[in-house]
Amino acid sequence: MSRLDVRKTYKLYIGGAFPRSESGRSYEVVSASGEFLANVSMGSRKDVRDAVGAARSAQRGWAAATAYNRGQVLYRVAEILEGRRGQFVDEVAAAEGLTPRGAAASVEAAIDRLVWYAGWTDKVAQVLGNLNPVAGPFFNVSVPEPTGVVGVLAPQGSSLLGLVSVVAPVIATGNTAVVLSSADRPLPAVTLGEVFATSDLPGGVVNIITARTAEVAPWLASHRDVNAIDLTGAAGVDDLVWGELEAAAADNLKRVLRPTVAGNVAVEPDWSADPGLGRLRAFLETKTVWHPKGI
Amino acid sequence: MPTFEYAPAPESRAVVTIEKSYGLFIDGTFTRPKALFDTINPADESVLAQVTQAGPRDVDKAVAAARRAFDGEWGALSGAERGKYLFRIARILQERAREFAVLETLDNGKPIKETRDVDVPVAAAHFFYHAGWADKLEHAGLTPSGGPLPRPHGVVAQVIPWNFPLLMLAWKIAPALATGNTVVLKPAETTPLSALLFAQVCQQAGLPAGVVNILTGDGRTGQALVEHPDVDKIAFTGSTEVGKAIARSIAGTTKKATLELGGKAANVVFDDAPIDQAIEGIVNGIFFNQGQVCCAGSRLLVQENVHDQVVAKLKRRLETLRVGDPLDKNSDLGAINSRAQLERITRLVDIGVAQGAQRWSPECSLPATGFWFPPTVLTGVAQTHRVATEEIFGPVLSVLTFRTPAEAVAKANNTPYGLSAGVWTEKGSRILWMADQLKAGVVWANTFNRFDPTSPFGGYKESGYGREGGRQGLAAYVTTSPRTPSSTTGDTR
Repeated sequence: MSRLDVRKTYKLYIGGAFPRSESGRSYEVVSASGEFLANVSMGSRKDVRDAVGAARSAQRGWAAATAYNRGQVLYRVAEILEGRRGQFVDEVAAAEGLTPRGAAASVEAAIDRLVWYAGWTDKVAQVLGNLNPVAGPFFNVSVPEPTGVVGVLAPQGSSLLGLVSVVAPVIATGNTAVVLSSADRPLPAVTLGEVFATSDLPGGVVNIITARTAEVAPWLASHRDVNAIDLTGAAGVDDLVWGELEAAAADNLKRVLRPTVAGNVAVEPDWSADPGLGRLRAFLETKTVWHPKGI
Repeated sequence: MPTFEYAPAPESRAVVTIEKSYGLFIDGTFTRPKALFDTINPADESVLAQVTQAGPRDVDKAVAAARRAFDGEWGALSGAERGKYLFRIARILQERAREFAVLETLDNGKPIKETRDVDVPVAAAHFFYHAGWADKLEHAGLTPSGGPLPRPHGVVAQVIPWNFPLLMLAWKIAPALATGNTVVLKPAETTPLSALLFAQVCQQAGLPAGVVNILTGDGRTGQALVEHPDVDKIAFTGSTEVGKAIARSIAGTTKKATLELGGKAANVVFDDAPIDQAIEGIVNGIFFNQGQVCCAGSRLLVQENVHDQVVAKLKRRLETLRVGDPLDKNSDLGAINSRAQLERITRLVDIGVAQGAQRWSPECSLPATGFWFPPTVLTGVAQTHRVATEEIFGPVLSVLTFRTPAEAVAKANNTPYGLSAGVWTEKGSRILWMADQLKAGVVWANTFNRFDPTSPFGGYKESGYGREGGRQGLAAYVTTSPRTPSSTTGDTR
């Protein structure tokens, strides 16, 4: 007799906990071939508000952690992800309609990307900061600092590699993130939340909301306590105009990372390309400190 | 003790020739003056000259000229040759420094001491610094070694304020040209003259036509310029309100922007600070340029136990400040730039007093004509008072107190702005801790209001985004995305 498997309840990840949406809503997620996978929480404006609060509370401590410490935590995320490789391969294959081999390659690339960013945490300041030879008797140094709380529209297509590629550079430098997962392919994102929860990553550093992107993204874009927003995941969403999100973001002068645009249409980037420093730079501020020299 | 009176020591106006009227500088030549409006000397309200209000058609012409230069001669030039033009400009600014200083003082109202010793020499230094970058951009760390070279955006629209007219022009034009862009710049409505004199410098330097275009006018000109469809990048220094409007107007386009906006800097004085030095820093922080500085140290946060001592010494020092004729070499404070600004300062200070602050100014006789406001200290200011939260942009210092470093940080950061901050203490570890905690783009420790072309300047939060100066400032003027006109790959604005 075959055993009936125990299914998982897919919930939000906010402040280190796994609540259902405060709205009580859920929506059905199906595989690339149309089979039922799960009912996931349908996040709401208030879930965004709670997540921003959690991200704000966590930001100071995360930014104050040593870069070495943040690097080890990110590496730990990669370790736990590696340990759950099989689960992610299944979820990515179902979500994206990939062959097991294709899904495995994508999961491995996601793990390797985390390792890559883990190594960046204690090098960013050396590469992007410097002393400035001012014309006077002053010590003058410029260093990059995290922007603060970053809203992230995760890509709609690449459910794990794309997600990791947008979240890792945000948190590597000491920002905290409120992430709207892919709307139609949210399961790897929820499972990634479980990885974060067991990786020494402080609660609130990453918050993941599964939701209809067009419904909640405007609330994230206009939220006054969010310092920056990554619009990558606006590509491929019906009823969502990324320019409107950028306009809403201007209310408190959020830093905006625009989606990749080709032929005037937002498109999802090629996640296999070398990431470069662009995503790290996008959520950093340069602080310059002066002090006189003298005896 | 005998009192020695200062004899008048005015700088001669004769060093600079001001035309009766000015056209626009488009495509290397001046247009015929039309649609004229006055620019006045705020120290005596006399008309200095009339300048042209540029309309939408002028904006079209200037942008087209900049585009032709970018697609043509300027775009084809090597970095080394671009740099040589910038070196030439730097040298001409130095050669004609006194002319610029006098003109700037006449049009702006700031003391000659400042234009002569800060505005003009630092403007020349910006051109000299950026000249050297023009042929070294591949070493600036903007792109990975071996990767694509950083490329200019194309036509850059630049809109600058009236508080440092020539210096802001230099901050904008020098990095734009060093990286290979072409420029259409609009100086502030009330201070157009130094930009028009700079246009003559471009001619003297033999800068190819269209590389720099100068459009005078009011906010309508600025709006038409930043909203022009053939502009690739915007650099704006001014109010947060206008900055937000610009951010909205470019939303959903491929235009990039850097915004350098308002501030409400905290200048934090601990009880172990070198008090006499701190007093000088406080005075420089808020009374430099009549406090019309976006990074001015307008909120003095004093540790409670030294509040009375600091305020007493500060008042004694302010009594020695000389307010008057901006052209007089002994003047410490000059005129407020415009009637509108004077009214804003007056209104906010009145509100501060109505909300419970105590107002104090030294005895000083202000000229009968022109726009003048005495150096003013507001004590007993609470966090909620409007003079503690809103940018006054005038010679007005709001004094607040704190007890612990944590409280100082909380109060200093309790503002939507984040441009600059000051810290005064003899304890090194506390300086570094404070510097880490303060949410500000520039932190001056045991000093204030220092500027240098090698040192990046710009804000956190609603003080804007992007940096000007230094290696980091170059990033705003280049793109590293693939060379297809319709494609932008994850560039921040």
